Amino acid sequence: MKRRHHAIEHAGPPAATRRRRRDFLLLCAAGAAGAALTAAPARAANKVKTTARIVIAGAGAAGLAAASRLAEALDGAQITVIDARKEHFYQPGFTLVASGVKPTSYVISTTAEYLPKGVALVQERVAELDPEGRKVVTESGKAYGYDFLIVATGMKLEYGLIEGMDETLIGTNGIGSIYHSPAKAEATWQAMSAFADKGGRGVFLRPGTEMKCAGAPLKYTFITDDYLSRRGRRSKSEVVYNSNNKVLFSVPIVSEKVRMLFQARGIQVNYERVLKAIDPGKRIATFVTPNGPEEQGYDFIHVIPPMRAPEAVRNSPLPWQTGPWAAEGWMEVDKGTLRHVRYRNVFGVGDIAGVPKGKTAASVKWQVPVAVDHLVAEIAGRTSTAQYTGYTSCPLITRLGQAMLVEFDYQNNLVPSFAGVIAPLEELWISWVMKTMALKPTYISMLRGRA
Amino acid sequence: MKELDPVILLAVFQEMLGPWLWLLLAVAVVGLLAFAMLLVRERGIVPRRLVRAEALGIVGGVLALVLMARVSSSGFTDAGGPADWFLIALVFGVGLAGSTILIYTAAGWWSSRRASPTTARVG
Repeated sequence: MKRRHHAIEHAGPPAATRRRRRDFLLLCAAGAAGAALTAAPARAANKVKTTARIVIAGAGAAGLAAASRLAEALDGAQITVIDARKEHFYQPGFTLVASGVKPTSYVISTTAEYLPKGVALVQERVAELDPEGRKVVTESGKAYGYDFLIVATGMKLEYGLIEGMDETLIGTNGIGSIYHSPAKAEATWQAMSAFADKGGRGVFLRPGTEMKCAGAPLKYTFITDDYLSRRGRRSKSEVVYNSNNKVLFSVPIVSEKVRMLFQARGIQVNYERVLKAIDPGKRIATFVTPNGPEEQGYDFIHVIPPMRAPEAVRNSPLPWQTGPWAAEGWMEVDKGTLRHVRYRNVFGVGDIAGVPKGKTAASVKWQVPVAVDHLVAEIAGRTSTAQYTGYTSCPLITRLGQAMLVEFDYQNNLVPSFAGVIAPLEELWISWVMKTMALKPTYISMLRGRA
Repeated sequence: MKELDPVILLAVFQEMLGPWLWLLLAVAVVGLLAFAMLLVRERGIVPRRLVRAEALGIVGGVLALVLMARVSSSGFTDAGGPADWFLIALVFGVGLAGSTILIYTAAGWWSSRRASPTTARVG
């Protein structure tokens, strides 16, 4: 609990809330002292007056949360969100859809529902980001000039980089992939359920790139294993997990726990395997290994594609110029402030941010308030001390009805929210209850800037 | 998830329950007020009625657990550690206490209403 408080103090959202409350208290104190108060209501008095033009590229979790917080903090700003998609996806729910726990309607809503008043939505794809010219160009060629830019474009799933694979195959030939969309998560559930009915060889993996929700590949392995057991097919089946590197999870203590659980459940682990090609007809997956290519037959395979920044970001001057993230195109932002290292008026939040941990909704929840606080501070002429510690969380489902509530930071510390009550490395029902009941309401509150 | 800031907690519960949140709060507030007024009016607890309300309250506790299992797509049979047993006890306890108080109060006011035309001021 103490540690969380520490994180809260240094992250933006509660700091902003506290500030609002502090300002309110100051107002009350001034009133009690009989000082002359302006007639403006406390709420408006807290807003920073500005005519700044702010463009937010992307209306996913990060883009909408940023729009809500900016609309709340600024008075008179011209805020424009650019995104082609009308639907909003609650991506943390995709695993539950692909597990037959929730219907697709659970994860689908619309962007318009969360768009704060006074924020303009441009329903177009971002085609070009030009930080030198301070403008964003959309697919139709229209340019939107800005004083501040928040890049929240998310990432691109590159199914095409796996030979023989394309997204239309999901749900056919024993191929599943939960990341693509609600419909494909549902198709994945159908394919996995059919596999669990018959049994056979289930192959699981993760890509060789950075990825969103690095816990999902593990969760889906555990869940499939559980379904095989529940349907009496486990003893006749093989479950194989292929890790891209030498660990199962980036946080060592969690990696070791997962290794123990995999061993206890008879899940075979291969390290340093990256999926290179797939032959859906023959049901053969080819992996790159340190010893050359390796073929693995499968009855069901959970394909997770390589992930990288969208073209608009990759083709801009915003990505890392050197190092492991340059090729994938993640934005070169300061890991503590999410501010671009070369363009001070540009921030990168959510999946697109080139920072060591994250690419989850939980990261977004803690990144956005920090970035917004720095942006608003600049407008207001003050200095923000808000820092993102790398906090993220992963309710790592280990079987239907149980999960481990794993929370960690940049330094691989476990930072449990409910220390002493909910053990992070125990398989618990309460963690599952949180995943299924509390996380979506928290996520929606975050989109509205209320959590 | 983690912060226990009441404002955030309220926002999350509002998203979780929608209009049900206000209905539940209203039932809780009205129920507790009516219970308190009944205590004042009857100058204490009626033991016989309390025992009966508690017996029915057990059903309320079980219903709370069933409801919890349904909305979480799981069940208390998935309990894996002390925190889970605590949650089960808490859910059952809230269901038990809530329904006991409501049943006791409703029964109290119901019997006094029925009694009032003829015997209201006798005792």
